[in-house]
Amino acid sequence: MSTIAQKKGFGATLWDFLTTVDHKKIAILYLIAGGFFFVVGGLEAVFIRIQLAIPNNDFVSAGAFNEIITMHGTTMIFLAAMPLLFAFMNAVMPLQIGARDVAFPFINALGFWLFFFGGVFLNLSWFLGGAPDAGWTSYASLAIHSKGHGVDFYVLGLQISGIGTLIGGINFLVTIINMRAPGMTYMRMPLFTWSTFVASAMILFAFPPLTVGLTLMMFDRLFGANFFEVAMGGNTIIWEHLFWIFGHPEVYILILPAFGIFSEIFSLFSRKRLFGYSSMVFATVLIGFLGFMVWAHHMFTAGLGPVANAIFAVATMAIGVPTGIKIFNWLFTMWGGSVKFTTPMYYAFGFIPSFVMGGVTGVMVATAAADYQYHDTYFVVAHFHYVIVGGVVLAILAATHLWWPKMFGTMLNETLGKITFWFFFIGFHLTFFIQHFLGLWGMPRRVFTYLPGQGFDAANAVSSVGAAFMSIGVLIMLYNIIMTSVKNVKVGNDPWGDGRSLEWAIPSPPPFYNFKQLPLVRGLDAYWLEKMAGKKGMTPAEPLGDIHMPNSSFIPFMISLGLFIAAFGAMYHRDHSWGMAVLILGLLVTFGSMFLRSVKDDHGFHIHKEDLVDESDKGVKA
Amino acid sequence: MKRLAKWRLISLFAILALVLSGCSGERFVSALRPAGEVADMQYDLMKLSTFVMVGVIVVVMIIFIIIFFRFRRKDESIPKQVEGSHKLEIIWTVIPILLLLILAVPTVATTFHLADVSPMEKKNSKVLTINVRSHLYWWDFEYPGQKLVTSQELVVPTNEKVYFNLKSMDIKHSFWIPAVGGKLDTNTDNINKFWLEFDDKRANEAGNLFYGKCAELCGPSHALMDFKVKAISRDKFDAWVTAMQGIKEPQKAQGDLAVQGQELFNQSCIGCHAVTSENKMPETARTAPNLTNFGDRSRVAGILDHNKEKLKEWISNPETYKPGNLMTGKYPKMSDQQLDALAEYLMGLKVQE
Repeated sequence: MSTIAQKKGFGATLWDFLTTVDHKKIAILYLIAGGFFFVVGGLEAVFIRIQLAIPNNDFVSAGAFNEIITMHGTTMIFLAAMPLLFAFMNAVMPLQIGARDVAFPFINALGFWLFFFGGVFLNLSWFLGGAPDAGWTSYASLAIHSKGHGVDFYVLGLQISGIGTLIGGINFLVTIINMRAPGMTYMRMPLFTWSTFVASAMILFAFPPLTVGLTLMMFDRLFGANFFEVAMGGNTIIWEHLFWIFGHPEVYILILPAFGIFSEIFSLFSRKRLFGYSSMVFATVLIGFLGFMVWAHHMFTAGLGPVANAIFAVATMAIGVPTGIKIFNWLFTMWGGSVKFTTPMYYAFGFIPSFVMGGVTGVMVATAAADYQYHDTYFVVAHFHYVIVGGVVLAILAATHLWWPKMFGTMLNETLGKITFWFFFIGFHLTFFIQHFLGLWGMPRRVFTYLPGQGFDAANAVSSVGAAFMSIGVLIMLYNIIMTSVKNVKVGNDPWGDGRSLEWAIPSPPPFYNFKQLPLVRGLDAYWLEKMAGKKGMTPAEPLGDIHMPNSSFIPFMISLGLFIAAFGAMYHRDHSWGMAVLILGLLVTFGSMFLRSVKDDHGFHIHKEDLVDESDKGVKA
Repeated sequence: MKRLAKWRLISLFAILALVLSGCSGERFVSALRPAGEVADMQYDLMKLSTFVMVGVIVVVMIIFIIIFFRFRRKDESIPKQVEGSHKLEIIWTVIPILLLLILAVPTVATTFHLADVSPMEKKNSKVLTINVRSHLYWWDFEYPGQKLVTSQELVVPTNEKVYFNLKSMDIKHSFWIPAVGGKLDTNTDNINKFWLEFDDKRANEAGNLFYGKCAELCGPSHALMDFKVKAISRDKFDAWVTAMQGIKEPQKAQGDLAVQGQELFNQSCIGCHAVTSENKMPETARTAPNLTNFGDRSRVAGILDHNKEKLKEWISNPETYKPGNLMTGKYPKMSDQQLDALAEYLMGLKVQE
């Protein structure tokens, strides 16, 4: 990022990022936007913990609290965790399979801008009359009766960003199927690429049900339909099914890439091949499959009856088996290895006990009859934070340190990284461990306050102190990022020294065409194999030739902007006469841009062989 | 060596038991202080799964700690690249499956047992059935067999199965008495059924009053949608039913102030609040809590201390105490004197001494 800034003025850099179709720059966009929303969601979490630090607190009002919890959940899942994972998928996956870009660079940019505008739309609700307040699950009876436009922001914003996620997932699928370098068979792909593949396939099947649900709710709220209006023959339980048919796979869409990241880290810093690679791949696919078979465990108390509850209970427990396989494979990857405790390894090491805790409480909540006690209490809050923070967020922080040099060409400070880890890790357990007990002691979740004298006071105070520790950790990390970017000490191809997969075979950051010549892959851990054979880099699989690259385009931005405008029109068309006009205008911008894209031939450009020869210090060394 | 291992195991369980008893919450609200058959079964499942899972954690942590100390990088040598081990991988696939089977069998059995409501569905069934109707931030309890209605404070006999029909009248809520059993949602679409049993001895130890909660986000005052459960012996319950059934007409107020309060009540409140237990209105028309035995209850609006001061504060400004409630603005503003009169009257609405 900074090298470009030095070469170009601010305006040119901005225009470059607004129009880029380069997967590495899109990764940076995802990282910045996702990072921003992560901080916003984190602030909301801090407000929650301040409000609950003491009984009968009035730091925020009851209505505002519901808005904060709704936006905390929605932001963290849709606008922070997923985009941050998409950032690393974009930055690293094409490099790991030896590709020059993703299959559809234009679609890639479009996916980002849709997510971005959807996220901005959702968060503008804070300034335009109030945020959604029906919880991130937005259960129908409450959401339909929620006053104001809060839930409309949720419904419209998530539809826009959901399209972005969906086409992003499809793009990754096509990329992995079609763009692998010569010799990169499926069973030679790094685990992070495998988990990207499976997560993308899950996105393909999980997001449509969400979109259906959101669309039905949009029609109910904005256009007078009655899909969820019981008095008119609608049914609210349908929403719960639609939401969780999406919602449960969603947590695996988040955790599988996290597993992929940790698989890379364990192997890399233990200097050892991943233990049981094929069973790891099998477990990943199996988790992805089973993830679709268990959604009703979120509805054990909805009254589905004992047959459904028993079936979904047993199916849910079954997921524990492939997850357990993974844990032991990671442990035995390190066993007999030479483990170097770098910052990414700190996170990976801390992940094991944290995630095991989240996993075992997952099996506990799967026991349907006992879940009648856990459900909708702080026990569940503790459980899913152990999985999502202890799994996904630790993975994102680890990946930030691991791949920062590959994305920006400079290393984050290791000492500050480890200090961040300790604050975050201790704060995390302090915040959430005690919440298991709060739930069992009878505290429901999503309560804006609690009355004294029920035994909840001390534990809530402890939990709030933990949140402060986590915040300090994040602040130190931000400081680390700024300091590192200012110093900008350049590093080489393989800054950790133990790189195994293809991304470590090329410069940091890679040239915009990634590989001067596509590499020949001889096995799992392709770069490691070459290093062990005494070679300095990859063997090229093709002679030096012209490289075909796509042109930048402003159209993805315009398509997304059109939907952003249209969403305002849809929302206000009942309140203001201009609403319908804005709706139509927005759709015209979107479809006009799509039309322009269709009629205008864009053949991209070629980098000529001669130009590549000159840059002998970049690209794959032949 | 083997004895040592055994001792370790015993001390481990002792510590665990200590931890569990040390932090098990308050008797009247904690799921870790079960006070009935349902909560007992659920607590047993919790203990079983906790023991199994602590076992898993211990195994992982032992390997984890060994790795931390034995396999740190000491030199720049390259370790042997191991592909995997079929034997080990089969072990850590089969053992978890066995552990899950240990857990799955009682889970399925308990799930079916807890869902067994066949006695309430028999014709001329003698079992006690209660219709729970949830409203925005308050609970309505109808005893169809006894032909009486009460609100906010559920009264149940101990040592017998009580059956519930659950439904919501506006937005989805969830009916939960943590110490007595897990929750079940009150849907807007259908009636959910389940049963609970209140243990006499342990109800006594909990002061015969359990806390009940709404467990499903339902709006601003979700956190304040508490109710109370008075669990009393069958004799006392029968006496209560008889006393309640006796209130066929609104009770006459005693004393000047209370009489004045009753007049005010009849002008401003009776449109929504009933003061007779035999409530013949259809359930959809019961838009506010029944106040027949208000004076006997333990909380104002489910959350405030039960005294005249709190009651007056509640009536003069319900929005402060329960944001988003449906009572605010439905009646004229009351002067202090009027509030005194209303409080005097309402606190006198007792069916039992």
